[in-house]
Amino acid sequence: MIGHTARMLRRRGSFGRALLLVPGGALLVFLALPPLSLLLSTDVSQLFAALSHPLVGPALRLSAFTTLVSLALVVLLGTPLAWLLAQARSKPVRALETLAQLPIVMPPAVAGIALLFAFGRRGLLSGVVYPRGQSVAFTTLAVIMAETFVSAPFFVQAALSAFRRIDPGLLLVARSLGASPLRIFVRVAVPLALPGLAGGAALSWARSLGEFGATLMFAGNLAGKTQTLPLAIYTALESDLPAAQALSVLLMGFAFVLLVVMRAALRRSGAES
Amino acid sequence: MPPRSNLLGWVRALVVGLALIVGASACDRGAPTVAPVSSLAPAAAPAAPTELVVFAAASLREPFQAIGEQLVNAHAGLRIAYNFAGSQELRTQLDNGAHADVFASADQANMAPLEKAGRVGAAMAFARNQLVIAVAPESATRIRALADLPLAQRIVIGAPEAPIGRYTETVLDNAQRAFGGQFRRAVDAHVVSRELNVKQVLAKVTLGEADAAIVYRSDAVAAKGKVVVVAIPPELNVDASYPIASVTGATNATLGRAFIELVRSPAGQTQLVQAGFLPAAPTFAGP
Repeated sequence: MIGHTARMLRRRGSFGRALLLVPGGALLVFLALPPLSLLLSTDVSQLFAALSHPLVGPALRLSAFTTLVSLALVVLLGTPLAWLLAQARSKPVRALETLAQLPIVMPPAVAGIALLFAFGRRGLLSGVVYPRGQSVAFTTLAVIMAETFVSAPFFVQAALSAFRRIDPGLLLVARSLGASPLRIFVRVAVPLALPGLAGGAALSWARSLGEFGATLMFAGNLAGKTQTLPLAIYTALESDLPAAQALSVLLMGFAFVLLVVMRAALRRSGAES
Repeated sequence: MPPRSNLLGWVRALVVGLALIVGASACDRGAPTVAPVSSLAPAAAPAAPTELVVFAAASLREPFQAIGEQLVNAHAGLRIAYNFAGSQELRTQLDNGAHADVFASADQANMAPLEKAGRVGAAMAFARNQLVIAVAPESATRIRALADLPLAQRIVIGAPEAPIGRYTETVLDNAQRAFGGQFRRAVDAHVVSRELNVKQVLAKVTLGEADAAIVYRSDAVAAKGKVVVVAIPPELNVDASYPIASVTGATNATLGRAFIELVRSPAGQTQLVQAGFLPAAPTFAGP
């Protein structure tokens, strides 16, 4: 009797599953097809030939340099911020949290214009920060700022949830043993949240590597100085498609590695909590 | 069950994050063109039979909109969708099968390959343009001639992929030959960005971010009052010839031809001259 019902339920379940498989599968195919076609239409020899394109070398070095600097900034400044936000739970703090998330939903072009209006030559801070006629816009520093602006919220968000996942009891024990707030942060909170922090750093790095709109608007497009990999891809698309293709494969491969790292970190932090 | 909800939160963050990364790169595609509406044009299906799609070099924005208005006034129910961008970008789009009826390029280099491949019909020169220096008002006392260009703290020019960038290279090379010394090197040392179309080059000066930019004469006319125009001596200048052609397999071939005829007519030429262009030379001379 029970076996019969279970069988019937299973049969009904498999029908339902098949019904869900069609839309779900269609989306999966749609998502997998573009990266797959990019990969399949690029052969390895073409990849190496295109990597010697004059746009590639400087863009590669610049992207590596700027994203690593912005990653360091994001982690060094974002970890304390996330910890402070995780500790406090009042309403104004939640508003600050929303503020820190704003760049996630901001269109990149808007971010670029906003950065210009803040730090540009005629920007809000121009009179305060720069001597006459100077501005950080259209420099390598502007690239780093744009990358930091768009990628930091991803890290802060991940760090925030990693910190909130820490067992409050452990922090209480540390405090009752006389540990200072700074010591608790460095010796207890950060080590416990480390997998979550690593996952957030990977996500944030991927975002800053892909940064395009804000960089183009705020930092411009100059080989070796502000032309990062995505800008080089965009520029090369109009003169040398194979080079653009090779760079795209390269970026996609690296982003995939970051995704795998992030998922591994996510699994660890999930298992530990 | 805090761990589970946290995990859910993580997954949600991951999904949102990835969607944003993908979404960001998708909207970035349209970022360099100033008009997002016009850059959406190629994606629009040629559903309405009375929609004419015109792909034109960024520098043609003002005169082509005025000429298009004349055509719209003469044809009830006609709508013109423009895609103004760097000629090389439009050529790439046409190469990849973008739908358009008319293509007007700022140079022969981006028209000839399409013509050869049969992607467009026979191209005809319809206007000429020259380069000038657009100077931010606050730097106008310092930069009064091409020879003063190295005095600009920040210079923005076109990318070598774009026609404006290649014309600029020619002018700077000519200037180096004429002035000698360190002119070219001094200019290059102050170039802070190379933009993919001329309107982006111009925008850097109107925004006040650059002191000087090399643009077409027509762009300086379009930005009247916001920039100070410094002429480039004719013997060092280029003669940028603009060709126009109808796109092969256009849905509105007749209307497309009507647009091209209007551009080449005295009325169209008047609009172009008002916008700072020069009339086309009687015999075509490519750059």
